Amino acid sequence: MTTTLTSHRSRPPAQPSTLKAKRLPAYASPAIAVAALLVAAALVLGTGVGGPVLVVVVGALLYLAGLFAAATRVEGRRSARDRAWSALIHSAFVLAVLPLASVVWTLVSKGVERLDGNFFGTSMNNIGARDPQGGAYHAIVGTLQQVGIATLITVPLGILCAIYIVEYGRGRFAFTIRFFVDVMTGIPSIVSGLFILAFWVLIVSPVFNDGRPGFSGFAAALALAVLMLPTVVRSTEEMLRLVPAPLREGAYALGVAKWKTILRVVLPTALPGIVTGVMLAVARAAGETAPVLLVAGGGAAINFNPFENNQSSLALYVYQQAGDASKYAPARAWTAALTLVALVLILTIAAKLLARRNRLSR
Amino acid sequence: MAKRVDATNVTAYYGGFKAIEDINLTVEPKTVTALIGPSGCGKSTFLRSINRMHEVLPGARVEGSLTIDGQNIYDRDVDVTAVRRTIGMVFQRPNPFPTMSIFDNVVAGLRLNGVKRKSVLAETAEKALRSANLWDEVKDRLAKPGAGLSGGQQQRLCIARTIAVEPQVVLMDEPCSALDPISTLAIEDLMFQLKDKFTIIIVTHNMQQAARVSDRTAFFSIEKTGDPGRLIEYDNTQKIFSNPAQKKTEDYITGRFG
Repeated sequence: MTTTLTSHRSRPPAQPSTLKAKRLPAYASPAIAVAALLVAAALVLGTGVGGPVLVVVVGALLYLAGLFAAATRVEGRRSARDRAWSALIHSAFVLAVLPLASVVWTLVSKGVERLDGNFFGTSMNNIGARDPQGGAYHAIVGTLQQVGIATLITVPLGILCAIYIVEYGRGRFAFTIRFFVDVMTGIPSIVSGLFILAFWVLIVSPVFNDGRPGFSGFAAALALAVLMLPTVVRSTEEMLRLVPAPLREGAYALGVAKWKTILRVVLPTALPGIVTGVMLAVARAAGETAPVLLVAGGGAAINFNPFENNQSSLALYVYQQAGDASKYAPARAWTAALTLVALVLILTIAAKLLARRNRLSR
Repeated sequence: MAKRVDATNVTAYYGGFKAIEDINLTVEPKTVTALIGPSGCGKSTFLRSINRMHEVLPGARVEGSLTIDGQNIYDRDVDVTAVRRTIGMVFQRPNPFPTMSIFDNVVAGLRLNGVKRKSVLAETAEKALRSANLWDEVKDRLAKPGAGLSGGQQQRLCIARTIAVEPQVVLMDEPCSALDPISTLAIEDLMFQLKDKFTIIIVTHNMQQAARVSDRTAFFSIEKTGDPGRLIEYDNTQKIFSNPAQKKTEDYITGRFG
């Protein structure tokens, strides 16, 4: 032990004589960035190996190296490492946001072409390959109904299931449920579609339907519910676990029964997080194509009845229009995609506002 | 309203671990009783077993009998919520309900137990807040969230919430440990007033506080880590702090141990 105590490593550093240290001037970082980009442009474009994307990538790497070298010379190794890491973290953020911004930009720029009343007011019924009109009214109706029904099924079921796991479940049974919820999280959407097709459409629905299999929006909602349920359960479970135990005890100590404590103290405290989880599930369900294709079948006409006949949905509509031979179809697909994103965004914002209104203003 | 608390051979477990053993103690109505002792000696466990909060933790259980004016609260046919309404509790850290306003916090016990009449709620809220010496500070912002108050105000809010359901006994688990001296003084004054109506049992690490506020003091201790906590001495506070019968008590209050 004495050797390590007296070894060079564990000796305390000498006290610095001054607290001031040399710093790179403020203009150094942008100057290095510009220089790195210029060098990268000369290298890449000069040799002709790549385009502007490679210039940015090489420029970013050169910038990191240049900043590290300059900082090492002027400020020392510790602050050079600090600068290099924070530059890396910032570039990782930019890298993560770039695709998102690019998606939004592409959607908006290509989606505005058909962003008109006709698109939102008509279906694809009797629209031929040469007709420039045609809209997604039927698909919007389908998405809203299917996701709405799926949400109505999953939210109570999922929240009650999470309450059971967190507040009541003990031992093997609760553990098993948790395990299978985890397994369900990974179910591919096509599998849930096939499950509903085999179970509901082919076996159960013929009972109400004179022996013929009944494709319907409701069947699609069931398939979406299978997909949404694990997300809702897991996110609600995490949120309930975050509610501090002293809050529950505070309510118990007032002589409040357990179920009422959960209903009036625990759930309201966890509500904003639960809403976020539900909206993630809704967003996922709204974007699913395969289950709707399998069990609702799609369709060109408006169908307000989710329990009978084919229904379409926005995601399915995008899929069909994107693969359609008509020259007017791609524009419809883009606008439908933009509509889908906007719909999910509006629903999310509305849900968050609603959840916040229940909380008190600070 | 205040009631006598009788503990006979109370033993409490956390799963297989015996936390306290054979506690025998009688708390007279309308007194303040302080439970003191080193960390881990089971004073909080004993306090929590008085209103059946101990069993909230998984695997925790209590043996022996605890009676409130002759009624054993551990009898099989006892309603736990009724016990907790009779014996309120204030916790170490202030725990106002974050989604509720100050007003809603105070009347939470009533409202969650089915009282709906607005006039009753408003009247109770004012009375409880006045008893907790908080009314003048919050009367203009009853609709604001309880979590926005200072620590000391939050703790008094929790006391108001507890006394709003008109319990007979109030348990306090180190109610001042997270508070500054001024808030502590406010709460000690409050205990003095509340003594007229309630039986108060307080756990504290602060011996000056025990000496200041309590009529009777119980000293708990453990032999060594892992042993169950036991009641070493229980007597008038003055006697405990001036002339304790047990050597251990004297060592503890003079700071030689614990």
